[in-house]
Amino acid sequence: MDLGLVCANIVKLWTNYWHIYLIEGVLTTLKLTVFAVVLGALLGVVVALLKMSKSKIVRFFITAYIEIIRGTPLLLQLMLFYFVLPQLIPVFDFNEFTWVAIALCINSSAYVSEIFRSGIQSVDKGQTEAARSLGLSSGQTMLRIVMPQAIKNILPALGNEFIMMLKETSLASTFFIGDLMTSHAIVKGATFLMLESLIITGAIYLCMTYPLSKLVEAFERKMKNA
Amino acid sequence: MHNTNEIIKTVDLHKSFGKLHVLQGVNETVKKGEVVTVIGPSGGGKSTFLRCLNLLEVPEKGQIFFEGTDITQKGVNIDLHRQKMGMVFQNFNVFPHLDVCKNITLTPVLTKKKSEAEAEEMAKELLNRVGLIDKLHEMPGKLSGGQKQRLAIVRALAMEPDVMLFDEPTSALDPEMVGEVLDVIKDLVKGGMTSVIVTHEMRFAREVSDRVLFMAEGNVMESGKPADMFDNPQTPRFKEFLSKVL
Ligand SMILES: Nc1ncnc2c1ncn2[C@@H]1O[C@H](COP(=O)(O)OP(=O)(O)OP(=O)(O)O)[C@@H](O)[C@H]1O
Ligand SMILES: [Mg+2]
Repeated sequence: MDLGLVCANIVKLWTNYWHIYLIEGVLTTLKLTVFAVVLGALLGVVVALLKMSKSKIVRFFITAYIEIIRGTPLLLQLMLFYFVLPQLIPVFDFNEFTWVAIALCINSSAYVSEIFRSGIQSVDKGQTEAARSLGLSSGQTMLRIVMPQAIKNILPALGNEFIMMLKETSLASTFFIGDLMTSHAIVKGATFLMLESLIITGAIYLCMTYPLSKLVEAFERKMKNA
Repeated sequence: MHNTNEIIKTVDLHKSFGKLHVLQGVNETVKKGEVVTVIGPSGGGKSTFLRCLNLLEVPEKGQIFFEGTDITQKGVNIDLHRQKMGMVFQNFNVFPHLDVCKNITLTPVLTKKKSEAEAEEMAKELLNRVGLIDKLHEMPGKLSGGQKQRLAIVRALAMEPDVMLFDEPTSALDPEMVGEVLDVIKDLVKGGMTSVIVTHEMRFAREVSDRVLFMAEGNVMESGKPADMFDNPQTPRFKEFLSKVL
């Protein structure tokens, strides 16, 4: 393999196709990720609260929801939402991008709910007992005592979930949805320069994930010292 | 029919954890101004009894009257009653994310008993009393065990409770810090605070109690004035216990 040629090809690909990677790919990937994690987090809070519900039936269904989502491949879930659901419930006239985003969002909610649950459970039971013994309600205890302490476990885990999701959105390229991995497929299709395009794509993913993971690390360090 | 002198009264209190029958029909009354210490062997149900009094543990049978109200009834707002029952735990359970001042003022302010300014004024006064005023804006992580426990005590006092419940308040402390915490409790009970104190400090129990309860195997086996109890134990179970701890 000619390393010089590979380098030259990379430069050529970048000069000719950078907008396909950056404008279409990165933008779509970020859009999908933000959508999935932000809405997934909101849904995840609801799921986490329901999981701690007093009703056995509610807990059963929520547990099933979480286990099914975490126990099956994301690609399978994406296919379900992309191919099957639009036909099953045609009333929801969403475009393909939205179906994929919804699938990612639901997938994320299961993971985020577990992040919330374990974050809350990481707070010593004595804290809740002390707050309740003073006469605070369970809501006040959660909001003022438990959550502020749980958050230092929850936020880094959410950051990691964001990084995971950013990479997982690449599965959406299966449906040519326009994410960064789709950009790679387009460029490779046009140029047949597989390795070079993979290197560029990988480097762009890294440019997004590496600073993020450093940020998470820094936050964790700060919390440990606080 | 309620005797206004009775702060807490339990009637036939039963509590089990799975198959373990921890409380087996406890009938006790704590009168206003009374200092009751609870002693007994490990696993005898002392903590469970104390934690039932403010419903941190929910008994499966029996009644608990707090100032005349049966708090085991459905529909009772337990939060309102807990505001009048302070509790101090073995492990302090101070709030690590709040500074000393906020630890004290949070609940009076949240429950609208006091304004922020009033609560802070009271926090300073209380901290002065227990010698922690110079820690007003310290985070709890910087405090010693004894200081944390004194903070936990004044945090409970800030709600101006009618009764204080202590669950082995000195058991998690290094020996040199036991004294400072016991002194605070002594001051408190001398001031007339009704208290129920679970403790392994026999000398302390003897010194401060109006009444001592000896709990073992899920019930009060013997109770009475401290001098009578310690000098003249009646049941073989209590004699055996005393021979081990004294
Ligand atoms: N939440 C719980 N779940 C299961 N068992 C429990 C629970 N709390 C207490 N127990 C059990 O109930 C029994 C009585 O416990 P309790 O804490 O009331 O005893 P204690 O008299 O306070 O003992 P110690 O002096 O060791 O504190 C023990 O055997 C204990 O293991
Ligand atoms: Mg105990």
